[in-house]
Amino acid sequence: MPTLNDILILLPEFYLVAVACLLLLLDAFMKPEQRGTLHWIAVVVLVVTGYMVVAGQPDVTVTAFGGMFVRDQVSEILKVFALLSTLLVFIYARPYLVERKQFVGEFYTLMLFAVIGVMLLVSAGNLVMVYLGLELLTLSSYALVALNRDSPLSSEAAIKYFVLGALSSGMLLYGMSMVYGATGSLDLAQLHVAVTQSAMPHLLVFGLIFMLVGIAFKLGAAPFHMWIPDVYQGASTPVTTFIASTSKLAAFGMAWRLLETGMGGLSQHWQPMLAAIAVLSMAIGNLVAIVQTNLKRMLAYSTISHMGYLLVGLVSAGPEGYSAAMFYAISYALMSTVSFGVILALARAGFECEEIADLKGLNQRSPWFAALMALALFSLAGVPPLFGFYAKYLVLQAAIDAHMLWLAIVGAVFAIIGLYYYLHVVKVMYFDKPEEGGADQPQADASLRVVLSINALALLVLGVYWGPLLGWCRRSFGLG
Amino acid sequence: MIDPNLFQLICFYAFSTVAVVSALAVISLRNSVHAVLALVLTFFSTACIWMLAEAEFLAIALIVVYVGAVMVLFLFVVMMLDIDQERLREGFVRFLPVGLVVAVVMLVEMLGLIGVRVMHAQTLGANPAGASNTAWLGKALYTQYLLPFEIAALILTVGVVAAVALTLRERTGVKRQQASQQVQVNPRDRVRVVKMAAEHPADAAPAQEPKP
Repeated sequence: MPTLNDILILLPEFYLVAVACLLLLLDAFMKPEQRGTLHWIAVVVLVVTGYMVVAGQPDVTVTAFGGMFVRDQVSEILKVFALLSTLLVFIYARPYLVERKQFVGEFYTLMLFAVIGVMLLVSAGNLVMVYLGLELLTLSSYALVALNRDSPLSSEAAIKYFVLGALSSGMLLYGMSMVYGATGSLDLAQLHVAVTQSAMPHLLVFGLIFMLVGIAFKLGAAPFHMWIPDVYQGASTPVTTFIASTSKLAAFGMAWRLLETGMGGLSQHWQPMLAAIAVLSMAIGNLVAIVQTNLKRMLAYSTISHMGYLLVGLVSAGPEGYSAAMFYAISYALMSTVSFGVILALARAGFECEEIADLKGLNQRSPWFAALMALALFSLAGVPPLFGFYAKYLVLQAAIDAHMLWLAIVGAVFAIIGLYYYLHVVKVMYFDKPEEGGADQPQADASLRVVLSINALALLVLGVYWGPLLGWCRRSFGLG
Repeated sequence: MIDPNLFQLICFYAFSTVAVVSALAVISLRNSVHAVLALVLTFFSTACIWMLAEAEFLAIALIVVYVGAVMVLFLFVVMMLDIDQERLREGFVRFLPVGLVVAVVMLVEMLGLIGVRVMHAQTLGANPAGASNTAWLGKALYTQYLLPFEIAALILTVGVVAAVALTLRERTGVKRQQASQQVQVNPRDRVRVVKMAAEHPADAAPAQEPKP
């Protein structure tokens, strides 16, 4: 039976649910001109939730509701960074939404519900919870993508996302049902033991394959990446930022929960499959990104390649690899918020700043924002001494330690190929002549400028001073 | 006399075959009404399989909710889509053969189920745990699976919020009745009684006279 203790373990989640419902009511009874306060309430709520997650963290792993919910250090780190990246999305999104008259309460409530989904997903201790957390996240994401109803591109992206998302959920569920059929258990901790002694190993592997498809879709790894470019381009930029940052942290959490906590005993089966997906993602992402002219689409293909690197960390199937993959997921979330944040800051009414050509000569018009964007792009490309370089180095190191030298070499080769399209944007910003109607000195408000600058400079600081964050990640996987 | 277990196995394979074939029919039939009828048959056969697996509550829920409510609604919507009244009227006869086939297959499946139940009269009986299927389900839902149950509620909330956010549109330039204003109306604001001198018909008559 659930007790008060169970509820205390879930306090941050319950708090966020209560506030999200309250915001929903507030929005309904508010006058349109008072809606601005919703933004600040949502920002404060995220900070308070983050505090609750960290302050209420027990010393040892605890479970609630009979193993349904697991509160361990892995979930703590992922929750903190999911809340942080959502906070950044809120701050970057406000001027954009206000300018386009898209500033509605639903944006905030749906976002908060999606974050609740993320928090439940990364703490799931049961296949049912994995599925429900994922559904809460994706259902909110579909609605967020479709929220900009007047744009046909958004509606198209939402339909594509919805149909493919429903298909992948079906795959995931099908895999889960087969795993349940083979082991008779839904609990991830029990599964960990049961998979090695199942009487039906073939059924189990079949289930594993279907679950892998679901995970790869959620991450956006090739060959299940087709939705990523369309959704990134079609969704309004704040929503794209959310999908590119918070959602990826959740996908890493889900992959780790399912593959290691649940199916760790079958690692010899999922390692080669994941390695193939990783190589394909790095290849398709980096090669197709070269020909893109739309900045958001280019960043979408760059996401696909980054998910390939994240999978390289997971492939090594050990605490070293997992901590490297988690470090990579965090670094990617912070880098993508900067790159999309600059796009949001440069956009103004009637000008989306979506094309690479829009950035022509940005350095002459707004040197500071050009510098921030260059910082983000260099970090995404993995240029030392930035955050992205060290993250890439760690996952490749993990692959070498797991005796997969070839995978590390492939990763390094594609990283160098990927350098081209990032540098191309930098070249456009610094060496091309500015055009009439291109990006200009942004009018964005002060909070955006300050937070975006801090976020971008963090990439530089964390690239040099990565010790504490890496230590935190390693400790969560039981490493010294 | 046929062995009860063998008969149960035969029933299982028969129901599964019907479910798979009708599911294929759903996606391959050109006529949408036929497709909906095939979907009804798929649900019904699945419910029969669940009944064989002694998940009575789920089977009944599937029939009541999906076949009884959702699919009938679907059928109405699909039929309404064709606005042409003449074709709609002749439609009922046109769809009769397929409807009859579906009904007969359902009847056979029900008879099969009853057969299994009769043959197993001695062995099936009451649940060894002493609780019914429904009671067990309710207990599990509110104790062991309480948290997933609550999250399902959250997902439904998100569904409602999304549906409203995507369809509610503030339209400008729409004239609406304001009941409160209508009630508060004072007759003196609307009708102005003007006092004026009475006109003499004799003076007005010549002006109104039509010219020959």
